[in-house]
Amino acid sequence: MAQTPKSTTPLSPEQARKLLHQMILVRRFEEKAAEMYTKTKIRGFLHLYIGEEAVAVGVLQALRAEDNVLATYREHGHALVRGIDPGKIMAEMYGRLEGCSRGRGGSMHLFDSKTKFYGGNAIVAGHLAMAVGLALADKKMKRDQLTCCFFGEGAMAEGAFHEAMNLAALWQVPVLFVCENNLYAMGTALRYTHAQTNLELKGAAYGIASSSVDGMDLLAVMQAANMAAEAVRSTGQPHFLVCNTYRFRAHSMFDAELYREKSEVEEWKKRDPIPGFLNYLMQQQVLTDVEFKNIETQVEKEVQDAVDFAETCSWEPVEELTRYTYSERKS
Amino acid sequence: MLTYRECLKQAIQEALQGDERVFLLGEDVGRYGGAFAVSKNLLQEFGPERILDTPLSEAGFVGAGIGAALGGMRPIVEIMTVNFSLLALDQIANNAATLLHMSGGQFNVPLVIRMSAGIGKQLAAQHSHSWEPLFAHLPGLRILSAGTHQDARYMLAPALLDPDPVIIFEYTSLLNLEKELSEAADAVDISKASVRREGKDISLITYGTGVYKALEAAEELATAGIEAEVLDLRILRPLDDDTIMASVSKTNRALLVEDASRSVSISSEVSTRIMEKCFYELDAPVARLCGAEVPIPYPKHLEDAAVPQPAQIVSMVKKILQHD
Amino acid sequence: MIEYKMPSLGADMESGYLREWRVQPGDRIKKGDIVAEVETQKGIIEIEVFEEGVIGDLLVKVDDQVPVNTPMATIFSEEEAAAGENAVRAPVPEQQKAPTEPKPPTATAAAPLKAVHPPHPIRASPLAKRIAAERGIDITALHGTGPEGAIVRADVEQAIAAQAAPDAGKAAHKEHAEPPALPEEATPVVPTEEKAPAGTAETTVEKPLAATAASTESIRMAVAAAMSKSNREVPHYYLETKIDMSRALAWLTETNKQRPVKERLLPAVLLIKAVAKALTDVPDLNAWWENGLQRKEGIHVGYVVALRTGGIMVPALHDADTKTLEELMQALNDLIPRARALRLRSSELADSTITVTSLGEGGVETVYGVIYPPQVALVGFGGITEQPWTEKGMLDVRPVLTATLAADHRASDGSTGSKFLTAIKNHLQQPEKL
Repeated sequence: MAQTPKSTTPLSPEQARKLLHQMILVRRFEEKAAEMYTKTKIRGFLHLYIGEEAVAVGVLQALRAEDNVLATYREHGHALVRGIDPGKIMAEMYGRLEGCSRGRGGSMHLFDSKTKFYGGNAIVAGHLAMAVGLALADKKMKRDQLTCCFFGEGAMAEGAFHEAMNLAALWQVPVLFVCENNLYAMGTALRYTHAQTNLELKGAAYGIASSSVDGMDLLAVMQAANMAAEAVRSTGQPHFLVCNTYRFRAHSMFDAELYREKSEVEEWKKRDPIPGFLNYLMQQQVLTDVEFKNIETQVEKEVQDAVDFAETCSWEPVEELTRYTYSERKS
Repeated sequence: MLTYRECLKQAIQEALQGDERVFLLGEDVGRYGGAFAVSKNLLQEFGPERILDTPLSEAGFVGAGIGAALGGMRPIVEIMTVNFSLLALDQIANNAATLLHMSGGQFNVPLVIRMSAGIGKQLAAQHSHSWEPLFAHLPGLRILSAGTHQDARYMLAPALLDPDPVIIFEYTSLLNLEKELSEAADAVDISKASVRREGKDISLITYGTGVYKALEAAEELATAGIEAEVLDLRILRPLDDDTIMASVSKTNRALLVEDASRSVSISSEVSTRIMEKCFYELDAPVARLCGAEVPIPYPKHLEDAAVPQPAQIVSMVKKILQHD
Repeated sequence: MIEYKMPSLGADMESGYLREWRVQPGDRIKKGDIVAEVETQKGIIEIEVFEEGVIGDLLVKVDDQVPVNTPMATIFSEEEAAAGENAVRAPVPEQQKAPTEPKPPTATAAAPLKAVHPPHPIRASPLAKRIAAERGIDITALHGTGPEGAIVRADVEQAIAAQAAPDAGKAAHKEHAEPPALPEEATPVVPTEEKAPAGTAETTVEKPLAATAASTESIRMAVAAAMSKSNREVPHYYLETKIDMSRALAWLTETNKQRPVKERLLPAVLLIKAVAKALTDVPDLNAWWENGLQRKEGIHVGYVVALRTGGIMVPALHDADTKTLEELMQALNDLIPRARALRLRSSELADSTITVTSLGEGGVETVYGVIYPPQVALVGFGGITEQPWTEKGMLDVRPVLTATLAADHRASDGSTGSKFLTAIKNHLQQPEKL
C-alpha cells in the first residue's frame, strides 16, 4: 500500500510519442472546449480534467479493447484516450446529432458502445454498482475481461461506494476501481469530507487489494495500473487504485474557486504531468525537439478538426425527442 | 388451485430454466427461501450462480443488476418490498431509466425488478406502501402490476424479453390466495390492459389489489342488475389508453379504484386521460376510490379503513348509477 | 340615477360595438326590456336592462366600441324623473349603482332561445349533451335523473324515443311544464361552430342567429324534419272554401285612407284576425295534440314568413283574438323583419296554437298546407284573384280568396273544420267588426 515506485523500464520511442500525444491532446482539447464554452457553443456543465491527464492516460493504457470503462462527468480525457473520435466528442459537447451520444448527453454523458465506454455518469458514485454488475456479467459469462471504473474521492463518502466495494469483494468480480483523488469534492477539501484521508485503507477494509500512486507522474501511474490490471485479470478479483492528483482548473466553468489558494494551485502546477513527462523523454533521448513540435502541430490540427466537424454537425429533429426512451422494437 | 406465491415461483422457475442468462438476486432469495417464501428451494434447484443472495444493499444490488443487464445477462432483481426501493431509487431513476436515452440509443438495460407491495398485513406505515404511482412517473421504465394469479404466473416471461427495464409490482396480501389458473391464457401482452369482467353499465378501472376487490364488487352489483366492467390496468407505464377509452366509451362511466393515496396517483392520471380523450363519452363525472392520505396505521380496523373495500365500490357504483 | 353599463356577455368579451339604440332619452323602461344591440365577436346580441325607470342620457354613439363595464346610458327612477333635473343629477351612493351590473338569468327573465347547445350552466353529462346535439334534442327541456339531477344519456334517449313514438312522445312534453309549441325538430339548429361559449350564457336576451349559410341550412333541415314528422304522423284532412273579399278590401281601402302611411293595414291582418276570431267560435282547432286533444287558452297565430335565403320561420302573434287590427299590424311589422334576421324570441317560436300561411298577391290560388305538430290545424290563403262570382242569382266579378284548412283528423272532423272555415268567411264579410 506504499507509493508505487517510479518505473525504470525504458519506453520505446513509438510508445513514448503515443503517450505524450494523448496527454497533449487531452490538454489542448479541453482548453478548446473551455474556449468554445465561453463562446456559448458548449452549454450545460463543463468539467475540465486539466492537470489530471496522467491518470487517464496511465490507467487506460493498461486496458484492452474488450474491457469495460465507466467514468464520471469529468470524462473528456478518458473518452479521448479510450479512442472515441475527438470530432464526435466535440459534437456531443455541442449537442449535435453526430455526437457520440447523439447530442443527448452533452459533456457529462459521453457514451460509446464500440469502445465499451459506459459514460459519462453524473450522479456521484451512481455508476460504481453498475461496474460491479458489468463485471459480474463477465464473470458469469466467463469472459476474460475487466471493468475499469473511475471516480473521484468525493464518491467515496457515498454509501453507494461502500455497497459496491462490498459486493465486488463478496462476489469476487474483476473490477479495477480507480479513485482520482484531486483533493476537492467540488469545493470541499478532502480533510473536510473524509475522516480517514488515507483513501486506499477503505479498500482494504473490504479485503480488496489496494494501492496508491502519484497521479501527476505518468510513468508511476502506468506501472501501478499495469500491476493492478494484471492482478485483476489473474485473480478475477477487484483492485482499488488511488491516484493522487490535482485539477488545475476550477470544478466547472462557473466556479470562483473560493475554496483554495492560488498559491496552492501554482504549487501543484510545478508538478504538471505533461512537462514532467516531456522532460523525462528528452532526458532519456527517446524524443527529439522536432518530434515534440510535430506532436504539438498534429494535436492542434486534431482539435481544430474536431471543432470544425462539430460546427458542421446537425441538430436532432425535435420530432425525435422521445426516441430511445424505450428500445425500438422490430415490428 | 394455486396460490399467488406459487404462481410467482413457477414463473421464476420457468424463466431460469428457459434462459441461461437469467439469474435471481436479492435479499434472502436463496438460503432463506425468499422473505415471502416465493423462491423457496430454488437455490437447491438452480445453485448459487443462479440464485444470488445479496447483502442489505439495495442501491448496490440494483446497480449491479443494471450493470449485469448492460453486460448481457437477464437479471431478475428482487427488492424484498417496495418499502426499501427508495434506497435504490437513484439506480432506478438515474441509471436504469436514463441510460438508453442518454447514450443516444447505444445502451439498453434489459432488467427486471420485482417488488412486493401494498397493504394488508398490519405492517404499519413503513412496510405498507403502495408506491406504484411514484415509479410510474418515470419515463424509460415499464411498470407492471400483477393483480391476478394469471399475471403473477405469466407476466415475468414477457418482462424478461423486454429490452428495457421493467418493474413488476407483486402483492403481499395476495400471496396465500388460491385461484384456478385458466389453461388457455399464458402469454401476457405487457403493453395491454386487461378486461377481467365485461359489463356495460360502468367501468371499474383498477390494478393490483384493486382487481379482486373490483371483481368481488362486480359480482355483488350483478345481483342488483348492474353490469360492471372490471378493467385491470396491469401496465401502469406506459398506460394503455386504447383499452381504457374503449371501456369508458362502452359504459360511459368510470370508477377508478386503487390502494395508493389519492393525490398524484395512477387514478389521477387515468382520470385526466379519460377527460382528455373521452370527455364526450362520459355520462357521469369520473369517480375515484383511493387510499386515504395517511401513513398506513397498524390496527386492523384503521388499516382496512385506509384503502377502498368492495362494499365501498358497490355503494359508490350504485350512487353513480342512481340505483336505489 | 344609475348608469347602464356595457354588460359582460362572456368571460372572454372585452368590449362590444354599439350597433343600435332601441331606446331614446325619456323612454320608460322596465326590467327585461331590450335597450340596445351590441355586436360582439360572437355576433349581434340584444342587451337588456335589469332596472325600471326612465332613460336619461345615451352616453355612447352608435358604432362606438364600448369596453365592458363602460356606462352606456343613465337611467332615472320614476321619482327622480318626476322630481326633475336637480334630483336626477344628485349623486347616488355607490351601493345603489350595483344593480346595474348584469345579473345572471333568472327564471322570470325572458327565456333564451332554445338552442341545441344550451347556455351554461346546465347540469348534463358531456355524453348527454353530445347525443342531444347530434340528435337535435333541446336539452333544456329535459328533466335530469342522473346524479344531482344531471341530465344523463338515459334522459336524452328517452326524449329521442318519445319523438319517434308519437303517443309516448307527448308524454315527454307533458311531463315538463315548458310547452314546446314548435316541435323540437323545427327549432332552428344552431350549428356547432356557432355554439355559444359558456360566458355568453349570461345574457338573458335572445341569442340572435346569424343569417349565415350554415344557419339557413340548419333551418332548412329543421323544416324538413318537422314536415316529415307531420306527414308521417298526422292524418291530415283538407277543406276548402272561396271567400268574397270585396267588402273586406273596400273597408281596408277606406280605413287606410284615414291613416298615416306608417299605420296602414295590410290584408294579412284581416286574415289573421278572422282566423283568431273563428277560433273563438270553434275552439277545438286552437289546440295541440298531445296524448289527446289539448285545447289552448290563448290564441296565438303562427304566421309563416318565408326567408329570402330559403326556409321559413313561423313567429307567433300572441293573443291575436284580443288584439286590435292596429296592434296586429304593429306586431307583424315587428315580427317579419326579425324573423328574416333570425332574431325571434323563444316564445315567438314556441307558442303558436295554429298556423296561417298566406302566399299573397301574384301567387297561386290555393294552398294545401302541412300542419306544424303539435298544432292541429293550418289555414292556407291563396292569392286574391278576380273571379266570376254569383250572389243572389247575379253573376259578378269579385276579388276572391281561396281559404283551405289542413286539419288533424285525430283532433277534429270535417264538420268542425267546415264550421271553422265558414266562421272565417263570415268574419271577413264584416271587416269593421274585426
